[in-house]
Amino acid sequence: MEKTLYTITVYTENFVGLLNQITIIFTRRQINIESLTVSKSSIPGIHKFTITAETDLEMVKKVVKQIEKRIDVLKAFYHTDDDVIYQEVALYKIGAEAMLDNPEIESIVRKYNARILEVNRSYGVLELSGHTEDTQELFERLKEFHVLQFVRSGRIAITKSTVERLSDFLAEMEARNPEHQCKK
Amino acid sequence: MEKKIMKGAEALMCSLIEENVNTIFGYPGGQIITVFDALYSYRDSFQYILTRHEQGAIHAAQGYARVSGDTGVVIVTSGPGATNVITGLADAMLDSTPLVVITGQVGASLLGSDAFQETDVIGVTQPITKWSYQIRKASEIPWAVARAFYIAREGRPGPVVLDLTKDAQSEMVEFSYKKCIFIRSYQPYPELQPENIAQAAEMINKAKRPMALVGQGVLLGHAEEELKAFLTKADIPAGSTLLGLSALSSDFSLYKGLLGMHGNLGPNKKTAECDVLIAIGMRFDDRVTGDLKKYAKQAKVIHFDIDTSEIDKNVKTSVAVLGNAKETLPAVTELLQPARHTAWIQSFEACEKEEMERVIIPEIMPIAGPITMGEVVNRVSEATNHEAILVTDVGQNQMIAARYFKFSRSRSMITSGGLGTMGFGLPASIGAALGAPERRVCFFTGDGGIQMTLQELGTIMQYKIPVKIIILNNNFLGMVRQWQELFYRERYSSTPMNNPDFPKIAEAYGIAGKKVTKREDLDDAIEEMLKDNKAYLLEVEVEENGMVYPMIPAGTSVDQIILGD
Repeated sequence: MEKTLYTITVYTENFVGLLNQITIIFTRRQINIESLTVSKSSIPGIHKFTITAETDLEMVKKVVKQIEKRIDVLKAFYHTDDDVIYQEVALYKIGAEAMLDNPEIESIVRKYNARILEVNRSYGVLELSGHTEDTQELFERLKEFHVLQFVRSGRIAITKSTVERLSDFLAEMEARNPEHQCKK
Repeated sequence: MEKKIMKGAEALMCSLIEENVNTIFGYPGGQIITVFDALYSYRDSFQYILTRHEQGAIHAAQGYARVSGDTGVVIVTSGPGATNVITGLADAMLDSTPLVVITGQVGASLLGSDAFQETDVIGVTQPITKWSYQIRKASEIPWAVARAFYIAREGRPGPVVLDLTKDAQSEMVEFSYKKCIFIRSYQPYPELQPENIAQAAEMINKAKRPMALVGQGVLLGHAEEELKAFLTKADIPAGSTLLGLSALSSDFSLYKGLLGMHGNLGPNKKTAECDVLIAIGMRFDDRVTGDLKKYAKQAKVIHFDIDTSEIDKNVKTSVAVLGNAKETLPAVTELLQPARHTAWIQSFEACEKEEMERVIIPEIMPIAGPITMGEVVNRVSEATNHEAILVTDVGQNQMIAARYFKFSRSRSMITSGGLGTMGFGLPASIGAALGAPERRVCFFTGDGGIQMTLQELGTIMQYKIPVKIIILNNNFLGMVRQWQELFYRERYSSTPMNNPDFPKIAEAYGIAGKKVTKREDLDDAIEEMLKDNKAYLLEVEVEENGMVYPMIPAGTSVDQIILGD
């Protein structure tokens, strides 16, 4: 089956050790995680993992089900790039001398819509948000000015769908809670 | 209720009482000593079994859980105590056995410092448990224990680890207990889906050659009667997985035998002929399916399971019926039209006849030559009126016992299926005897497997556990020898064994025993073994080059089953 880059989003309770529980599922299936971002979600107490990995549809379905099987995982979804709006952040550090000696850096910054975060006597730091190809392209472009450091974040993504599936899920689960029901 | 201030260790005891625990298996040690001290105060509340090794404790708890349906409880120390239960955890995870395993841990301030007997128990156990949690404060104990039992027991059962730091054991806490009845991130019983139930029923109603595969899910869901009603109404023949054995009694008319690598000819071959394959609480293990690319390709597949992640994992399903078999089976049965599939069911008879003549009769009723494994199993099964609990080890003894032991009661087959753990049997038989004290336990093992956990004879001695141990001794690691004979040009690498005098070892533990080498002595020895309700070790010298047939060689398809004559 054809391999595609999938974005897998996982919502979990905030317990120690969940990252390991999730990543070992990829390890067992020999799937390389391309990027991983973990942060608090918009719902208090719930953490969100955004993982990208290249695999096929059948496998991503199995992986998502096995992630959801973990007790403290609330819900996991998989998306293709078409289903989501996504972004990464990249930072580039360039020596001060190169910055000052090369006026074309200014036009590059304008062209790519990059931001200058910091300039001091030793170096300057540029920032660009975009897809991997965009940030990579800027990196290639800046190479001739000797990039001292280059880092790229993992992907964050938001679905194009208008339904907030996690809130629906939480409402559905809470409705099941016997403590909230009169009988029993 | 008046709240009582107590040590964490005592809060653990009170929590276990709240969960109606009455039997605990374990082994003490430095980082769990406070818990054992509390256990001493509560010794009248629990039946406590000190095994001779932590692996023995966890396998015993597995045997206990499997026969009783209750959650098995194990308490061991940190470090080596914890790592010694790893095999049992992996085994219980694959075989869906509910366990709560409490491991001691070094004090919270020492965590991560490579302290004496410190192991990263959570890190090690996460992949092989349903849930594992480290308790660092006494106040968390009631909450974590309640959650542990809920998770271990509800839905598809499995093992849970609670790693209890030394300071949490001695810290004072005000005890109050609330049972866990809900976890928002865990839905143990998927909601019934009426449209899938209707679709499954329609598919079965239209089937000309339906066939059911019965797995342990039926036993775990206590759905034996519901299964019988389902099969009877639509006249569906059924095969059983290794762990599904005894869900249907062996003489049930629609029961057609064991599935898989060493299963019966009929149910295996018919998998490749049926038009609708109905899997109930089973997970299409490779030992059942053989080559997946050729497995039941002609059939529509209906999969009943409680675990969503099993659907389409190995075999693509046409309809998935999610939920507890106890609820889903009656829901589908209600929509079934009574049917008769006489010709289809009769077609199993040719397979049965062929297998009977070519494999079964020579195995269980040989007229000459050395004693065979099958005849020992058959005679013990008959002598116990097919009412005993069968516990097996792993290998040829397991396959032969699964093939020739008969069952008349549910929850009567305790074996290590998914993990295939040699050494599982002896401690598991201890747990089985304690979990079903009114029943007889017959444990079949090989000369290899018995020696992996032989030390548990000490536990049998100390607690007077009435298990009947039958060693089928061929002085070989028989199953590996069989593969070497068939697929590795008879190069018997590391399989011949020089063995001790097993009855003498039993004698040293005060356990009666006997060795039988001749066929004419077998019946008397079995009679002697079964004459009372005490432990007994019967060693039977069986043919050295005995084979288990039929066999589906690994990687071939189920209809390529070989009979070996």
